[in-house]
Amino acid sequence: MRGARGVAPVAILLALAACERKRPAEGVAAAAPAAAAPAPGQPLLLGHVASLTGNEATFGDSTEKGIRLAVDERNAGGGVAGHPVAIRTYDDQGKPEEAAIVATRLAVEDRAQVLLGEVASKRSLAMAPIADRYQVPMVTPSSTNPKVTVENDQVHPYVFRVCFIDPFQGGVMARFARQTLHLSRVAVLRDVGNDYSVGLADFFLARFRALGGEVVDDESYKAGDQDFKAQLTAIKAHRPEAIYVPGYYTDVALIARQARELGMAQPLLGGDGWDSAKLFEISRGALEGSYFSDHYSAEDPSPAIQGFVSRYRTRFGAVPDSMAAMGYDAARIAMDAMARARDLTGPAIRDALAATRGFAGITGTISIDAHHDAVKPAVVLQVVNGAGKFVAAVQPD
Amino acid sequence: MRRLRSLALAVLPLAVALPLLLGLRAVAGPYLTIVLLDVGVNVILAVSLQVVNGFTGQFSLGHAGFMSVGAYTAAKVTLGLADVQLAFLPTAASDAVVFAGALAAGMAAAALAGLLVGLPSLRLRGDYLAIVTLGFGEIIRSVIENSPWLGGALGLTSLPLETGVVGVGLAVVATVVMAWRLLRSTQGRALLAIREDEVAAEAMGVDTTGYKVRAFVISAAFAGLAGGLVAHLIGSISPGNFGFVRSMEIVVMVVLGGLGSISGAVVAAAGLTVALELLREFQAYRMVAYALLLIVVMLARPQGLLGTRELWEPWRRRRTGGAA
Amino acid sequence: MPARLVELLQHLVNGLSVGTIYALIALGYTMVYGVLKLINFAHGDVYMVGAFSGYYLAGRLVPERAAGAPPPGLAGATLQAALVTLGAMAVCALLGLAIERFAYRPLRGRARLTSLITAIGVSLLLEYGFQLQPIRGLPVAFPPGPTPRFFPELLPRADWSLGGVSLSNYDVIGLAVAVALMIGLQLVVYRTRFGTAMRAVSFDPKVAALMGIPVDRIIAGTFALGSALAAAAAILNAVPRPQIHPLFGLLPGLKAFVAAVLGGIGSVPGAMVGGLALGLAEELVAGYTASSFKDAIAFTVLILVLLFRPDGLFGRARVEKV
Repeated sequence: MRGARGVAPVAILLALAACERKRPAEGVAAAAPAAAAPAPGQPLLLGHVASLTGNEATFGDSTEKGIRLAVDERNAGGGVAGHPVAIRTYDDQGKPEEAAIVATRLAVEDRAQVLLGEVASKRSLAMAPIADRYQVPMVTPSSTNPKVTVENDQVHPYVFRVCFIDPFQGGVMARFARQTLHLSRVAVLRDVGNDYSVGLADFFLARFRALGGEVVDDESYKAGDQDFKAQLTAIKAHRPEAIYVPGYYTDVALIARQARELGMAQPLLGGDGWDSAKLFEISRGALEGSYFSDHYSAEDPSPAIQGFVSRYRTRFGAVPDSMAAMGYDAARIAMDAMARARDLTGPAIRDALAATRGFAGITGTISIDAHHDAVKPAVVLQVVNGAGKFVAAVQPD
Repeated sequence: MRRLRSLALAVLPLAVALPLLLGLRAVAGPYLTIVLLDVGVNVILAVSLQVVNGFTGQFSLGHAGFMSVGAYTAAKVTLGLADVQLAFLPTAASDAVVFAGALAAGMAAAALAGLLVGLPSLRLRGDYLAIVTLGFGEIIRSVIENSPWLGGALGLTSLPLETGVVGVGLAVVATVVMAWRLLRSTQGRALLAIREDEVAAEAMGVDTTGYKVRAFVISAAFAGLAGGLVAHLIGSISPGNFGFVRSMEIVVMVVLGGLGSISGAVVAAAGLTVALELLREFQAYRMVAYALLLIVVMLARPQGLLGTRELWEPWRRRRTGGAA
Repeated sequence: MPARLVELLQHLVNGLSVGTIYALIALGYTMVYGVLKLINFAHGDVYMVGAFSGYYLAGRLVPERAAGAPPPGLAGATLQAALVTLGAMAVCALLGLAIERFAYRPLRGRARLTSLITAIGVSLLLEYGFQLQPIRGLPVAFPPGPTPRFFPELLPRADWSLGGVSLSNYDVIGLAVAVALMIGLQLVVYRTRFGTAMRAVSFDPKVAALMGIPVDRIIAGTFALGSALAAAAAILNAVPRPQIHPLFGLLPGLKAFVAAVLGGIGSVPGAMVGGLALGLAEELVAGYTASSFKDAIAFTVLILVLLFRPDGLFGRARVEKV
């Protein structure tokens, strides 16, 4: 058969492809050790991998602004160990492959001391092997999936995060809904294409059921949808007492409005993806009385937080959202570790990051645990007059 | 004798490529390596789509869907066999054999998907075929997203990082050889006849549906190969990698290179990938520059960079009139 | 009314409301396809530009009212809304003309996939151009950047509950405007000299040119008209769902393309029916089956329709000429 001729080269190809040595680049990394310490006065480089364009560009944009603010403030105060700090940001368009390429470029070509990023877990997962391979510590500001730092019970040696993880945050809201609000029937509306939303929804459901609550409906949408009334109408028929919507604010604002338009008065519950002044601007009162878990409250009167909010507002003309605050903290923790490290090589900075205890961040007092995750409390905020009002702080288990 | 000759023609380029690739692997730094791997994967995608869009003149917009089938199948195989060690081989060789098997499984699964999609939809023509292939691509993505076994929205993680310069290089050579041999075969002549005039081809006794489906299956198989390589390049895959936008990117490479030109697809895929990398400094302005580049190149060379010609035949007259 | 019936009626209202938007965008696809046999992949982004034009115009014409200030009378608000909509339509008509002139006309007569690439180029240019940070020194913050914007409420909203089924004046206005535009378009196509010329160009541009029809002007006019319709759709969508951002045309553009094909691309009533059918199908799928499979099921329906009616619901079967 003529068609069979095409098969021969394929078979040969596969046999030859099999000759590949396992992880060839490991040898390369050993030959060229991680970034050597720069000479005194030379800038230290933070490499930021961000989605500056694409569907999630608004989050990359906020994170970048938070990082810039942190670095400029540190440089104004003399930099790190006699070095000024520079930032180099590359756009990954929200694509994991691009995140991997960009991380390699920052780690190997640009010799960044620390990698910052990504917002989304799937892109941080593409960066993690690169951080390990080239021994450049990576601090992700807001990737909440547990797998980012720990895969198959193994901790990525060079990967850290400054945010809490999905099981904790989902559990916080489940406990709050069941034990504080005494709800027994809730519905869930999740973003099926977003691992953050799916993860939070799953952990919320598990915890809420374990606490004796009933989940009456579980619906999905897709980021970028503009009409959610089909799902909301279906949810309405089940008469839940509240709806858990662990999505990004870019969708939640329209969801809230449309729920009210359908005559649904239930409070919505959500997570840190809600945190943005835009949410309240666009939802126009539709979220009054709803609750969400977050890292901190921008309304918190503490001078540290108010100082950050006002400096950010002066510089960028907007109230910082949680991504900006997380970017700010990630950059500050990275610089703090560089200042404490015994030298400015990757392994030394990694050790200093792992030893971070009681760091006074904007988003809480942060300690890094054995899994390289941030141990810090979550807060539950209630939407009152178009802003998140502090209701409760929940300590980690 | 003929059989021997065709075998030699298939093997020879691989044999020549192997030492070159081994040399390249030794000298290329990590950053150059990952960019080269990206280029290679895009070349495989563009050349394989050329078989459907360029040779056969059928407009497929679902290439990323087949890529995802290959990627997930290969990933499932390597994850499932992660602890398997072939007793007669050292660990590294054993892993490489598993990886090769995984790639083959990915190609087979993608080919099967190509058959399932192609059989019903290839009755449709032009833009209707485009929308149906686009639809199938989105359906595949949606099914993966909803399947916990395939990792849902987060996807599969902790894949072994097996993809290297040699593997991708050989896959590229194999893809190009496949396309080239196909074009020179009876099958290829039939495909070109379908592209130029489907009705006339049918009248001349060409089994148009059969040839179209075969072209579609071959194309899907190589998309699956690219998918398997991508999965083991970055170590994780998620459904978001394989959306409609990805399919569009591949179509852009094919048309920009010149419909029907294998070397055109190679040049365009490599050129666009490298151009995007060089534009990296411009941050958010990068994609604006890329968009302008597309428009300007297309206006300056409406027939594509190489038209229907190949790189090695610069003075040959245009083989045929404009493609569909 | 029994609860199940209320739920069904509510789904029908929701589905029509979304379908109206799809239908209006699909009209633009279908018109351009009719004369050029070209899928204008930048159409969804023209729709996005329409929304932002309305946003910037409204920022000038309808200043944010201070809390407690008396709302403008209904007549005043209607006038403002009409002005904003017409202004956005004019901006998009100009944009459509520019796109046609610079990206498509030079490639006319070339392989059709060639224009597809410039269409994608224009689409990326608009999407990523609008995601850039604002240029300093402009009177308005342009480009808007990636963060979503709140689209101002042009008309006061009125919600009605008919036996438990929620309905708003926006839904009614949207459907009325869409139907009016479709009837108007049908009249233009079949009752005017421009429409006659359009159909002639669609039938055979070469012969049309020989008959003295200014083909270039007709095609340009069709682009302008289709783009203006996209702007109208954008405003009708952005008022009830007041959040706009640079990628906001991507998904509706894709869906409307599907709707146009479903109805039979090239057919005006087909686009309308295709849009409404897609809106209703999505709504019922999401409401009554697993909403996580919404897109998959919508595409499955599309594929089945096309397999049994390869030219769409309203498309004319083409006769192959040898």
